[in-house]
Amino acid sequence: MKSSVDTNLATRPSESGRVVSLKTPDTVSSTKRIKRSFRQIRAENVFRRTLIIVALAMVALVLGIMLTLIFQSTLSIKSSGLGYLWGKTWDPVRDIFGAYPFILGTLLTSFLALAISIPFSFAVAVFLGEYYPQGWFPNLLKNTVELIAAVPSVIYGFWGLAVLVPIVRSFETKIGVEPVGLGIFTSAIILAIMVIPYAASLGRSMIHMVPSNLKEAAYSLGATRWEVIRSVIFPYTKSGLFAGVLLSLGRALGETMAVTMVIGNTSLIPKSIFAPGNTMASVIANEFTEADHPVYLSALIELGLVLFLVTVVINMVGKRLVGKFTNE
Amino acid sequence: MESTIVKSVDYNAYFGDNHVVKNVNIDIPRNNVIAVMGPSGCGKTTFLRGINRMHELIPGATAKGKIMLNAEDVMEMHPIFVRLKIGMVFQRPNPFPNLSIYDNVIAGYKLNGIKLPKAEKDRIVEHSLTRVALWKEVKDSLTKKGSFLSGGQQQRLCIARAVAMEPEVLLFDEPTSALDPISTSTVEELFHELKKNYTLIIVTHNMQQAARVSDKTAFFYMGELVEYDETKQMFTNPKDTRTQNYITGRFS
Repeated sequence: MKSSVDTNLATRPSESGRVVSLKTPDTVSSTKRIKRSFRQIRAENVFRRTLIIVALAMVALVLGIMLTLIFQSTLSIKSSGLGYLWGKTWDPVRDIFGAYPFILGTLLTSFLALAISIPFSFAVAVFLGEYYPQGWFPNLLKNTVELIAAVPSVIYGFWGLAVLVPIVRSFETKIGVEPVGLGIFTSAIILAIMVIPYAASLGRSMIHMVPSNLKEAAYSLGATRWEVIRSVIFPYTKSGLFAGVLLSLGRALGETMAVTMVIGNTSLIPKSIFAPGNTMASVIANEFTEADHPVYLSALIELGLVLFLVTVVINMVGKRLVGKFTNE
Repeated sequence: MESTIVKSVDYNAYFGDNHVVKNVNIDIPRNNVIAVMGPSGCGKTTFLRGINRMHELIPGATAKGKIMLNAEDVMEMHPIFVRLKIGMVFQRPNPFPNLSIYDNVIAGYKLNGIKLPKAEKDRIVEHSLTRVALWKEVKDSLTKKGSFLSGGQQQRLCIARAVAMEPEVLLFDEPTSALDPISTSTVEELFHELKKNYTLIIVTHNMQQAARVSDKTAFFYMGELVEYDETKQMFTNPKDTRTQNYITGRFS
């Protein structure tokens, strides 16, 4: 018994100074050591409790946010009921609150952005994961793409206003729709750029992890590089690629600043993808300071609740699909 | 006199500046089993991977010289066509985990976008699996995933996958080093059957295996082909002292 305690202490690097005490009379040193080990057990318990508290705090935080949203929006839920979700009119002056144009705007901008960004993020992922994993240009590309995620969204908003809006406007003139420049389409392009890094970097690391013996098996059967990508790499990484797309979508749904600046901010239902509109996030950002009476404020908070729930649902569905892909 | 099917002329292979295979000249006769042996790092696997141009898939890897397949220089051909004529089996069994046993066997056709009628596919699958003595064991579970099989069965499935393409030469890179002794002997028995239709080049770490299965043996050391002879001759009366030292176990 005693010897096992000895070795235990002697092997601990932090206790190296204490090893000397092995030479002091047995009775003294062993009680000392036992006291120490009690202290260690206590420290261990404290550490474990801290971890549990921090972990629980995370759960409590998210639950707290959700509960706050629910409580604060009760006033609006009572006055508008479920009609809030499909009401087509948003008129704070007459206290009519229908969130349909904004839910539509959010889904439209996000999925359009996803459609635009996927080819780019997959191309970057395949290029960096399979074709050119090393070298100065791949490194530059990798860092640049990661930098896209680091640029503050207000800067994207400015760039959108200064550069993208005129381009889109002249494009709209050419195809013969009302040349506004601001709108769903412009927001989708900005969002697409902003979400590329999420799917790209996750995709890159997934593609990088495909076992080389599977790729070699395909090459040895006379497959070309494209055939290896299509028949070995994509099937093997599809759940990871999908998870990356989901991350992108989550980012697109919630993005506020850049979208608010270029979407045109109108509460009407967008007639086409070139029309101005609003997303849930942009309405909250725009109108929060104007909400001069309790129902209005509550209606905006309910919008936040809806956005929160949409994100949760999409995440849950996505996790399900990822699980399905992996079990196959 | 047997006809030569593969012949390397002054073949050199490099990883960057590292000269791994040095000036190898070798004649490989048709329908033979050739064992390639030597200590770790002697270049035997690199040489094998050079024959079907797999070597150059590794970034920084280059090769010089000629490798003749019949009358054509492999180095001048498109690698895709080379690999259709020269199949390969790897150290670890690597069936495609997302494909069924059936689809694994015809994976080569699928990968190359070759469409075949169902009856033809069935015939190829049965024929290839029979060739590797796996048909009886799996004929009722062809739709199951390849990863469902045991290690030895997976390796035979990989051989069937290579055989299905009807190549002329089959390359084996230490095909039994990840297998148990019973699976190893099953695969070794296969070599005797397979050489009736194909030429087999087998890299092995295991001298006993080389002695058991091969007609001719090549001994590589430090990137050079030291000795190449009839297997019996090589193991009973090696000409080079390095071969002798290796065979008698003075280094490994």
